[in-house]
Amino acid sequence: MRVAVSLALLVALLVVLPHSAAWFHAWQPEVSHPLYSRHSFFALTLSHVGLVVAATSVAVAVGLGLGIVATRPAGRALLPTVRAVAVIGQTVPPVAVLAIAVPLLGFGAAPTLLALALYGVLPVLGQTVAGLDQVPKPVLHAADGMGYGRWRRLLEVELPLAAGPIMAGVRLSAIVGVGTATIGSAVGATTLGSPIVEGLVGNNAAYVVQGALLVGALALTVDAALAALERRIRRAPREHR
Amino acid sequence: MIEFDHVHKRFGGHVVIDDLSLRIGSGEFFVLVGPSGSGKSTLLRTVNRLVPIDAGQVRIDGEDVATRDVEILRRGIGYAIQSVGLFPHRTVAENIATVPRLLHWPEHEIRARTTELLALLRLDEPGMEARYPHTLSGGQQQRVGVARALAARPRIVLMDEPFGALDPLTRESLQASLKAIQRDTGTTILFVTHDMDEAFGLGDRVGLMLDGGLVQVGSPLELLHAPADDRVRDFVGGARARLRELAIRTVGDNMRRGEHADGDPVDAAASLQDALAAMLAQGRDRLPVQAHDERVGAIVLADLVSRRA
Repeated sequence: MRVAVSLALLVALLVVLPHSAAWFHAWQPEVSHPLYSRHSFFALTLSHVGLVVAATSVAVAVGLGLGIVATRPAGRALLPTVRAVAVIGQTVPPVAVLAIAVPLLGFGAAPTLLALALYGVLPVLGQTVAGLDQVPKPVLHAADGMGYGRWRRLLEVELPLAAGPIMAGVRLSAIVGVGTATIGSAVGATTLGSPIVEGLVGNNAAYVVQGALLVGALALTVDAALAALERRIRRAPREHR
Repeated sequence: MIEFDHVHKRFGGHVVIDDLSLRIGSGEFFVLVGPSGSGKSTLLRTVNRLVPIDAGQVRIDGEDVATRDVEILRRGIGYAIQSVGLFPHRTVAENIATVPRLLHWPEHEIRARTTELLALLRLDEPGMEARYPHTLSGGQQQRVGVARALAARPRIVLMDEPFGALDPLTRESLQASLKAIQRDTGTTILFVTHDMDEAFGLGDRVGLMLDGGLVQVGSPLELLHAPADDRVRDFVGGARARLRELAIRTVGDNMRRGEHADGDPVDAAASLQDALAAMLAQGRDRLPVQAHDERVGAIVLADLVSRRA
């Protein structure tokens, strides 16, 4: 339900905004170009989503991988370090990561992708470790006793039972990504932040509103879709455990 | 056949199993009994190598388990534990089918075996196979746990206090189911418990374990009549040992064949404890015994009280 409403809002904005020059002109009569036109809103949205999807995919791969390694018997020693890095990493603001990434990677999408991916790793990692830790010990003991190998136990028992928490981490990672990608426009990435940054620099409130409306609708849609997916995974068979 | 040959195990500086040797025959129901911390669960887990041993050898049918591939070894041995450990994300049928799936049984055989086990463990109410563990009672969960341990028809089943968390009625009903299944299939069962009554009720032989060693191994009656030392005597119940004995011996083996008595008959297959209860309930000191709906003799209170073996 929430997915349908927020998606409808996003689509409506994408359809209506390109034809809304007259309204923004009425609101800001002194501005010569009241409608952002360097890129189409549709192209901005696609580019924004593409960046988030790419960064979140990297974050899930790295976060899930590290989380699995840190919860294996051989990797347990890494667990405190992994947790500490995750917490410290979270305290560094994304803007700082962008500032550090630009001299290394130049302007454009690359430093934004790096910042988003680094940021996105942390919630996935944290939730993977938490989810795998809460799988009941007798279940693991029984699985070992019946002759599951390590990989098989991980794939068929541990990950399915940890899927709910892990999905919560993926969702958080994607939502933070949608917001942070907006800032990426400050270092030259093409995202829904582009009209906002240009509007702020050029003192054009209409651009800021156009960008903000779309980012807001996109964030709601992504959150609703991933929340619905998470509910489905969690509900599977275990609601009253 | 399971053989423990001079098995040693220590955790840190603490000796858990101290030079233990034991031979369990094929088709035998062997119960390890002892207090918490006596090493009985650890010993059980050396068989499927959930616990590696420090010295000695554990052999199944003459073959050292340490030389077997550990996953293949475990798939060939049934395993049931007190906390059951059912997979919460799988249905009853899927839980039972775990090991047959790991062994790549064909699907129709798995289905047939699951149906058979549901009936065998009295889990055959409609819709049971599609239910998830969290919707089952504790007794039902443990029945599924036992079914899962038996699913691939293992020749050896290890059971670690499987009925310890159940109420007495449920426990007795499960013990009866298990004993009947074991008799019918000839499965070798190594069963761990701290409950003497359970040990004597189930075991063909019982091994009493204290501080990592076997103090005495024998049939329930041997432990009751000839305890090896005071520790065994204390553990089998001291003065109450005679009550335990009544629970083990049957009416049929102790009746006076051909004699007559009045009152409601007791079954020849019943325990002397049941017979005593019936005498108390009817206010009589001798009762008729029946077998297959026929009067075959009488059971007499004086015979229960006497020390006749």
